[in-house]
Amino acid sequence: MNFDNYDTGGFYDEMFDAQGVPRPGADLVVQRINSLPAEELIRRQRAAERALLHLGITFSVYGDQSGTERIFPFDIVPRIVQGKEWETMERGLKQRVHALNLFIHDVYNDQKILKDKVIPEELVFSADGFRKQCIGLKPPRNIWCHITGTDLVRHADGNYYVLEDNLRCPSGVSYVLENRLVMKRTFPMVFEACSVQPVTDYPSRLLDMLQGLAPRGVRDPVVAVWTPGIYNSAYFEHSFLAQQMGVQLVEGSDLVVHKGQLMMRTTKGLERVDVLYRRIDDDFIDPNVFRPDSMLGVPGLMEVYQHGHVALANAPGTGVADDKAVYAYVPDIIKYYLGEEAIIRNVPTYACWRPDDLQYVLENLDKLVVKAVNESGGYGMLVGPHATQAQREEFAGRLKAKPRNYIAQPTLALSRVPVLVDDHFEGRHVDLRPYILYGEDPYVLPGGLTRVALKKGSLVVNSSQGGGSKDTWVIDSKPSK
Amino acid sequence: MLSRVADSIYWMNRYIERAENVARFIDANFHMILDLPLGAQEQWSPLVNTTGDHERFAELYGEASRDNVIQFLTFDRNNPNSILSCLRSARENARSVREHISSEMWQQVNTFYLMVNEAAPQGVRMDLPHQFFVDVMMSSHQFVGITDSTMSHGEGWNFGRLGRMLERADKTSRILDVKYFILLPSVDYIGTPFDNILWAALLRSASAFEMYRKRHGRIDPEKIVDFLVLDTKFPRSIHHCLIAAESSLRNITGGSRGSFSNRAEQALGKLLADMDYVSIEEILHIGLHEYLDATQTRINQVGNAVFDTFFAQQPITDLGKSKASEQIQ
Repeated sequence: MNFDNYDTGGFYDEMFDAQGVPRPGADLVVQRINSLPAEELIRRQRAAERALLHLGITFSVYGDQSGTERIFPFDIVPRIVQGKEWETMERGLKQRVHALNLFIHDVYNDQKILKDKVIPEELVFSADGFRKQCIGLKPPRNIWCHITGTDLVRHADGNYYVLEDNLRCPSGVSYVLENRLVMKRTFPMVFEACSVQPVTDYPSRLLDMLQGLAPRGVRDPVVAVWTPGIYNSAYFEHSFLAQQMGVQLVEGSDLVVHKGQLMMRTTKGLERVDVLYRRIDDDFIDPNVFRPDSMLGVPGLMEVYQHGHVALANAPGTGVADDKAVYAYVPDIIKYYLGEEAIIRNVPTYACWRPDDLQYVLENLDKLVVKAVNESGGYGMLVGPHATQAQREEFAGRLKAKPRNYIAQPTLALSRVPVLVDDHFEGRHVDLRPYILYGEDPYVLPGGLTRVALKKGSLVVNSSQGGGSKDTWVIDSKPSK
Repeated sequence: MLSRVADSIYWMNRYIERAENVARFIDANFHMILDLPLGAQEQWSPLVNTTGDHERFAELYGEASRDNVIQFLTFDRNNPNSILSCLRSARENARSVREHISSEMWQQVNTFYLMVNEAAPQGVRMDLPHQFFVDVMMSSHQFVGITDSTMSHGEGWNFGRLGRMLERADKTSRILDVKYFILLPSVDYIGTPFDNILWAALLRSASAFEMYRKRHGRIDPEKIVDFLVLDTKFPRSIHHCLIAAESSLRNITGGSRGSFSNRAEQALGKLLADMDYVSIEEILHIGLHEYLDATQTRINQVGNAVFDTFFAQQPITDLGKSKASEQIQ
C-alpha cells in the first residue's frame, strides 16, 4: 500500500504538505507504510481492532439485546505532531490552564475580574457550570482544575486554535494510552526508527499530582477514583486509571461520611479516603448540597471537603470556566491575570448576546457554526454550510429567542489526516485533545487524543456521532536514532 | 478491600465455575448417549434438574428434548444459569473490579465471553458441539491458572477461591444426587456392560474417571460415592472443595481452625467438621439423597453467611444506604 494516489483535497494535511511531500517528522512513517504490501497493512488494522476488542475497550450498542459491543473505531495510521510545534502548544496550554485556574478562584472569592468589568457579571452567574455553593471555597494551593482536556483544531492557515476547554471531567486519556499500546504491537519497527515521545508516564504523573492534594499532615494518602458505575460510558477509563495508578475504584455506595471524614466500606470495616478523583458531575456528588435526588452521591461530602478533610479533583464549580459564553473571554482572562497574549488563539467567536454580533450571525448563518453554550458532544449545533434552509430558519428563531444561549464561529476548514479506507487512504478531518495535569509541576501529556470524523466530509469528531481515534505521535524532527 | 469488590471477585469465580460445570454435564451426557443401545431412552431432563432450574425450563420449553435442553443450558439468555448468562455475569463482575484483578485475568474472562457469545447465534446447530464444550471447560481452567499465577494470593484471591470452591462443592453434590437417583433403579442394566458405562459417565461428569481408576480401580457404586463425596485429594470431591474453601476463609479473617469469630466461619467450620468425621456407611445409612440434599442446603447457608459477614452494606448511620442485592445463588 502506498500514498502515491493520496489526495490532500486542498485541505491542510497533517502528514503531507500542499505539494504532497511528507512533512518533517512524518517522512519515516510514510516510508515504512509505503514499504508494506496492502494486505499487510489491512491485516494489521484488523489485528489492532481485534486486540482492542479482546482488551475490552468497547462500548455497548444501545438497545441491542444480543450483547453486541463495538470498539471505539481506531485507525492505525498515526497522526504526527512535530516536536517544535508541540513545544509551543505545551507552553500555550500551561498558560491557559494557569489563567483559567486564577479565574475560577477569583470568581468564587474576590470577583475582581467582575468588578473590573472585564467580563459581564451576569454572564458568569448565569453559566450552566456556575455553582453558588462554591463561593468562598479555597481549595489547596487555590488550584481548582487539576485535570484538563483542551480541544484544539488546526485551520487552513496552519495555526492551531482552541475550540473548547474541558475543565470538569474530561475523558479519553485511556484511549491515548491503549492506542499507543496497540500501535507498539502493530508497528514495532516504526517506533524503533523514530523517536516518539512516550505517554506511558501519565498514570504515575496523575497519581503524584493527586497525592499532592492530600490534606495537611496525612502521610501515605489514600487516593480513590470515583465512578458512577459500570453503565457509565467512560467506565472503562475509570477502572483503567485506577488500575494503572494502583488505587481503589469506588462507587457512591462504597462511600460514607462518618465522624467528619470520608470513609469507604471494606471487608474489614471503614477506611478513610483522603483524595477523590471524581468522574461524576458536580450535580451528583452530594445530595445535601447539590441535586437532592442524586442516587450516586455521598451525603455530607461537601462539608468534609469544606473542612479540608478530603480533596476533590477537579474541585466542584470548575464548569463556570468552560462555558461556551465564557470561552469568548478567555484571551481577555489570560491578559487580565498574566499580562500576556494568549499563545494559542481562540477561534473568533460571535457572542449572540451582543446585539451587533447577533445581527452579523443572523445575516451569515450559511457560513457559520452556531453552538448552544450549554450543550456538548456535538449536540445542539448548526453547521451552517451543511444545513438546509429550513434548519437555518429554525435556528434563527432560537437565536432571537435566547441570544445568551448561543455563540457562533466561522466554519473552520479542519486539518485532515490520511485514514485507511478499504484498500486505500483517504483524508478525514481531525481535532486534538491534549491533557494537562495542573499540580505543583504542570505536565502536558505529549500528543493527546486525536479524534477523527470517519464519515467522509464530516466535521463532527465525537464518538457518539461516528468519530474514531488515532494514535498521536509527537516526533522530534532531530536526526533519528 | 471494598466489600463490593470482594463480592464481585467471589461471584466472578462462582459464575465461571458454574459455566464449566454445565459444560461438563452436557458433554458427559452427549458421550453417554452415544454409547447407549439403540432405542434406549435419551436422558436429557435430568441435566436440567442438576442445575436446579427445572421449573423455569418447564415454563419456557415444556417437554425436554436434546435440542431444547442444550439450548436452555448453553445459550438461553432467559436462563440466568446458562453458560452464556454465567459468562455475561462473570464478565460484568470482572468489569467492576478490573482494577483489582490482573489485566490477564480480565482479558481471559472477556475472551471467554466473546467466544461463547459468538457461538450463540448458531445455537444447538453448531458444528462440533463436543469441541465447544471442551473449549468452555478449558477456558475456565485457563482462567483459574491465570488467576493463580498473575494475582497476589491475598484477600481478593482468597475470596475468589472461596466462591469457586463453594460452587464446585455444590455442583458435585448435585450431579451425584441426580445421576445416582437415575442410575440406581435402572435394574435393567445391572450386570450388563451398560451398567459400567452409566457409572463411568457419572464419573466423567465430574472429570473424575481417570483419577477414580487410579484410586479404586473397579467401578463400584459405593466407592464412586465415597470418591466424589469424601476423597480429600481429588479436586472436585465435596470434601476437598470444603477444605480449600475453609482455608481461604481462614486466610481472609486470620482466624485459626477450631474457633470462629463470625457466622461464615461458624457455618463452614461445622459443615467441614461433620464431613471430616463421617463415613461412607453412615452416609448410605442416612440415604445418599437425604445426605446430599442436606449438604446442599448447608453450602447455601455458608454462602448466605459469607454475604452477611463480608458483602452486605451495613448501615453506618442514618446516612447509610443499603444496597443488598445478592446475586443469583
